[in-house]
Amino acid sequence: MEARVCVPTQLRVYTGGKAEVVAVGETLGALLSDLDRRYPGFRRHVVDEQDRVRRHILLYLQGEREEDLAAPVPPGAELFIIGALSGG
Amino acid sequence: MPVPFQLFIATRKGLWIATSNADRSAWSLSAPHFLGKQCHHAVLDPRDGVTLLCANRQWHLGPTVHRSLDGGLTWKEAASPPRFTTGEARGRAVDHVFWLSPGHASEPGVWYAGTSPQGLFRSEDGGVTWVAVAGFNDHPDQHRWVGSDKDQTPDGGKLHSILVDPRDPAHLYVSMSGGGTFESTDRGETWAPLNAGVSLDMYPPKEDGSEYPYGHDPHCVVLHPKNPDRLWQQNHCGIHRLDRGEGRWLRVGRAMPEEVGDIGFGIVVHPEDPDRAWVFPMDGGGDWPRTSPSGRPAVYTTADGGASWQRQDAGLPTEQAWWTVKRQALVGDLGAPMGLYLGLTSGEVWTSVNEGASFAPLFRHLPQIHALSVAGA
Repeated sequence: MEARVCVPTQLRVYTGGKAEVVAVGETLGALLSDLDRRYPGFRRHVVDEQDRVRRHILLYLQGEREEDLAAPVPPGAELFIIGALSGG
Repeated sequence: MPVPFQLFIATRKGLWIATSNADRSAWSLSAPHFLGKQCHHAVLDPRDGVTLLCANRQWHLGPTVHRSLDGGLTWKEAASPPRFTTGEARGRAVDHVFWLSPGHASEPGVWYAGTSPQGLFRSEDGGVTWVAVAGFNDHPDQHRWVGSDKDQTPDGGKLHSILVDPRDPAHLYVSMSGGGTFESTDRGETWAPLNAGVSLDMYPPKEDGSEYPYGHDPHCVVLHPKNPDRLWQQNHCGIHRLDRGEGRWLRVGRAMPEEVGDIGFGIVVHPEDPDRAWVFPMDGGGDWPRTSPSGRPAVYTTADGGASWQRQDAGLPTEQAWWTVKRQALVGDLGAPMGLYLGLTSGEVWTSVNEGASFAPLFRHLPQIHALSVAGA
């Protein structure tokens, strides 16, 4: 399924500065893998090598916070990737 | 024309590169690289003088390694940074790449990286792609070597002090906080602990009187380049020296003044004289403030293999200075006389161009300094 993906500022170095991109995938994990094909390095900065969403990254799929990479992506979905409050 | 010295200053909020003139009397400081990212170590390859690697992490995006071939004008992220095996039973993920070491002189392009949690990784293409050293990371006893979360440094266990024997590219040492020092003679396929004689005060004595084979907390381990059979170690529990022929570490820090103690993070050896070393003691009493003892910072040096130590504090603050120097932030250069550099938790760099006889501030107002490395001469 094709989804609209909103990219936080921290990740735009991988999307050539684009704040919004398109990706295809049946699941959240597949969507992230497709993003990585289009924008190499993207996936590993959203999830770690054990497929856990990074501590300070929030994923909202269809308006709901989601951490399960097996979650299905409905047609016309929206994925918001957010850099949570973090730093210091 | 002598090659100028370069100092790579890795901080909690970016990397700065300082360049000196030939006699180290004048320095210029670059604009920040990776501003906002935590930089843990930046090292210039001494073999080609060109490849510069920087281990860093962005708060949200996790760890990576960047590479520059033009002195930091441009950087490119590693295509495949260090990472544990996906799906492994222990579920480890690299939190940050803590340590970078160029490989042996005969193996151009080979680098090693140490991570938090404790993992060892190798690159054979100058830091573009990294693979796990499986013989170490997946060793069936590795989880025993490193212990549990309670055995780690406050911000996670670390693999550091990756040393390559200048006589043999297959002979490696690594050290872990916690875990101890380990050795491989087959390029990382197999490993053995190397901790006999090292103090381990934080655990109870074993009932049979034997030593713990691992679980120690070496803060920094160095090997003397001209006498690779001599190693020095600044440990959580004191300063030690190992001559491989003797087979056991000797706690030479017992000769330090009692009121100062022999706790610290970093240790530096003289590039020519294996009997000379420098440490920066910190307060390891009570609540372990990890500040300079009594707020009066000083370097201590030995010229007799640790049998005696002399205080060096000329030029350093004489009171109310509560900073410390982390394990990667006490370094020496290859100049003659050797230059000594201190990167402070308070964001200052101090230097001595006369082997510690006197110190002067070099840079101020930087973020907390994690690591220094120095190139040139």
